[in-house]
Amino acid sequence: MTEAAQTAEGNIGIEINAEEDQYLTFIMAEEEYGVDILRVQEIRGWDNVTPIPNTPKYIKGVINLRGTIVPIVDLRERFGMEGVEYGPTTVVIVLKVIKDDVERIMGIVVDAVSDVYNIDAAEIKPAPDFGSVVSIEFVSGLVSIQEKMLIILDIDHVLNSGDLEIADQVKG
Amino acid sequence: MSIDMSQFYQTFFEESFEGLDVMESGLLGLDVGAADAETVNTIFRAAHSIKGGSGTFGFTSVADFTHVMETLLDEMRDGSRMVTTEAVDLLLKSVDVLREMLTAVQSESDIDVEHVSSIQKKLEVLLHGESTDAEADAESEQSISEDSGASSWQISFKPLDYLLKTGNDPVRIFKELSLLGEYEVECQMDNLPLFADIDPESCYLFWDIKLSGEIKKEQIEEVFEWVDEDCELNIELNGSSEDESVTEELKPVVEELKEVAPVAVETSANVTEPTKKTEPANETSLSIASTQEKVKPSTTKKAVSTDSGSIRVSIDKVDALINMVGELVITQSMLGQLGERVDEDSLEKLQDGLAQLERNTRELQENVMRIRMLPISFAFQRFPRMVRDLSGKLGKDIELRLLGEQTELDKTVMEKIGDPLVHLVRNSIDHGIEMPDDREAAGKPRTGVVELNAFHQGGNIVIEITDDGKGIDRDVVFSKAVEKGLVSENDNLTDEQVYDLIFAPGFSTAKEVSDVSGRGVGMDVVKRNIRELGGNIEIVSAKGEGSKITIRLPLTLAILDGQLIRVGGDTYIVPLVSIIESLQVKAAQVNAIAGQAELYKLRDEYIPVVRLHNVFDLKADSEVLTDGLIVVVEGDGQRAGLFVDDLMGQQQVVIKSLETNYRPVDGVSGATILGDGTVALILDITGLIKLSQQERIEAA
Repeated sequence: MTEAAQTAEGNIGIEINAEEDQYLTFIMAEEEYGVDILRVQEIRGWDNVTPIPNTPKYIKGVINLRGTIVPIVDLRERFGMEGVEYGPTTVVIVLKVIKDDVERIMGIVVDAVSDVYNIDAAEIKPAPDFGSVVSIEFVSGLVSIQEKMLIILDIDHVLNSGDLEIADQVKG
Repeated sequence: MSIDMSQFYQTFFEESFEGLDVMESGLLGLDVGAADAETVNTIFRAAHSIKGGSGTFGFTSVADFTHVMETLLDEMRDGSRMVTTEAVDLLLKSVDVLREMLTAVQSESDIDVEHVSSIQKKLEVLLHGESTDAEADAESEQSISEDSGASSWQISFKPLDYLLKTGNDPVRIFKELSLLGEYEVECQMDNLPLFADIDPESCYLFWDIKLSGEIKKEQIEEVFEWVDEDCELNIELNGSSEDESVTEELKPVVEELKEVAPVAVETSANVTEPTKKTEPANETSLSIASTQEKVKPSTTKKAVSTDSGSIRVSIDKVDALINMVGELVITQSMLGQLGERVDEDSLEKLQDGLAQLERNTRELQENVMRIRMLPISFAFQRFPRMVRDLSGKLGKDIELRLLGEQTELDKTVMEKIGDPLVHLVRNSIDHGIEMPDDREAAGKPRTGVVELNAFHQGGNIVIEITDDGKGIDRDVVFSKAVEKGLVSENDNLTDEQVYDLIFAPGFSTAKEVSDVSGRGVGMDVVKRNIRELGGNIEIVSAKGEGSKITIRLPLTLAILDGQLIRVGGDTYIVPLVSIIESLQVKAAQVNAIAGQAELYKLRDEYIPVVRLHNVFDLKADSEVLTDGLIVVVEGDGQRAGLFVDDLMGQQQVVIKSLETNYRPVDGVSGATILGDGTVALILDITGLIKLSQQERIEAA
């Protein structure tokens, strides 16, 4: 975290290049993942949720986000990784998910937030099937930043597949 | 003029459909023979607005059709035509056609041209008397539209003094005209007062315009479309001398004049004498325009069609909200100031402030809820037409009484109650009210009465449908139910239970299946719909005297009375309406069947036990039935005993959707936020019972 924070100083505060997008990164099982920062609504500490009966284990439950009911997904379990005990760094990143013009708000539980990077769209390389724990279908690209590899997640797909799919698609 | 008109389409359609509703209800209210002038005027204005709008947006077929209706209405308005049943019927049909046309235009599909033209033909026949005239008329219309040769027009345009105040600018009209062809305009300043007397916002000038080129009269009319009520307008063809062509060209002029003139003008039968025509027509056009009431674009506060996602809210309600928010801001700043320096003295003030904040919040909540409330007249307004049509079709005399139309209820509830109400009213008319002769024989007035009444009672809205028909024959219902195998012949049922059979699926007592009702689908659907809304329905009937159907609905779907229950560490909410009773379990009354299903003997009835901790896979305090409580619930006619650890408080809860950000969950109808900010799920009893049945089947 400290190392990441230092590099962040170099990044934050520089002029935003039109070609560059900002990404919020977070840590999960020693790996760093990134999501488009414009999709991030807020970051909050882990708090108790209300479980929803008869749902997959990775859906932890729902919380009250200023009057709206927001489902919380454990991203580790969603990706089939081993779940961990939630600790003081465990956070919930509340994201806006868009699929078929439907906007939904969802939260993901991750080990810790890390950093914010400016990334040039051209630097994002398509991901080869590199045998990562995360299924390749959820990865929209890879970027290396200061000799670190950052996995950019296709968050709309991650939170819109399986049991998280939009209601009427499930019905249909 | 390269404005993108399509952005106004939605408004046009909304206003037009409202206009159609106005026309329809107006037509239904017309007394044949002695029509109320104001009502005819209202109908005329609505038609006129639709014509104007559709012309502007280029929906010519709609405009043409409306024009014929308008002409007919105009003749009724100025008293030159009697209001006959025939005419009203035809106009009602025309309203239907117009609605179809507008719907077709809106959805960009094709208009059923044949249907439209057949009605239009009928209108024209009615308008021009004999059928030969109609043919001639059709011909002449054709020749007019084909007549696109060079012509020269003389237009006299004399705006009324308030023209400028209506936002119309003659200069713009002239610009439009100049696009049509060669034009010359001469300004007449005869009416110009002394400089000292001039009101700068009034229009004193009038103009004579010469226009030549390949121009159709319609094109010129179109330019003046929006001002033709605010001016004296005379459009004439210049220099045509031949009688025949005068006839042809004058005809539309005369029609146009009649439109402007509310005084009697010769009926079109006279138009065939062209020489007499010009003079009087001109006179009327000059003299009467000023008496004309200004036609306002439909200002009626009618609500939008039910499928649109928008809602019209009265200014009062919005103002109340703004006030409320103002108060809230004041309270907030007061609390903010208190927060800056906290000492012991300010504690009391702080409490006051918080109390005020609470009040503000509650009022704000109530007012926001009111925005969704609409008077039930939106659901009622379709009935006059329906009753009229049905009574005509069935040959019955029926009077419809609507009471409590201003009773407000939630828009969502309103949308869902519309169809069930239609069904119930149809039933009352079809099965309830007798034929006039039968009624007379039974010593009742020939005219049957169907009454719709709505009122508030507690936190509910009650809708009553009463008829003074033949009532429900208990024995017929019972024997029918036996025949259908719904009950056994030996069952001893109360009247209430018998009437309730009417709502059983597949039940219909009509001897003949008519296209009005009696297909046996419906009453069960009606009941289900009302149940889904959290309401109930009951029938009271006396043979020979009539029946009364009472529907009770919650005022809003946004709030419900809930019973909090606890299973292990989780809290759930059971809607209070579905709870019958809660009781402690006596071990002797529990029977296990095949070691799987458990039945609880509740007095003389066995009800299945639904263990919430099993269905939802929760960790309960205890799985022994006697340690917990059984909440007897009913969902969709089925009863069950819900096994829970404990009952907690009762409270009103605000319903939040799980679907917004997630998806529907079986056995759960929604979620709510409790006082401590945590989320609790609201149980869907019907779904829960189904879920437990499935689990039992899977387990077996």
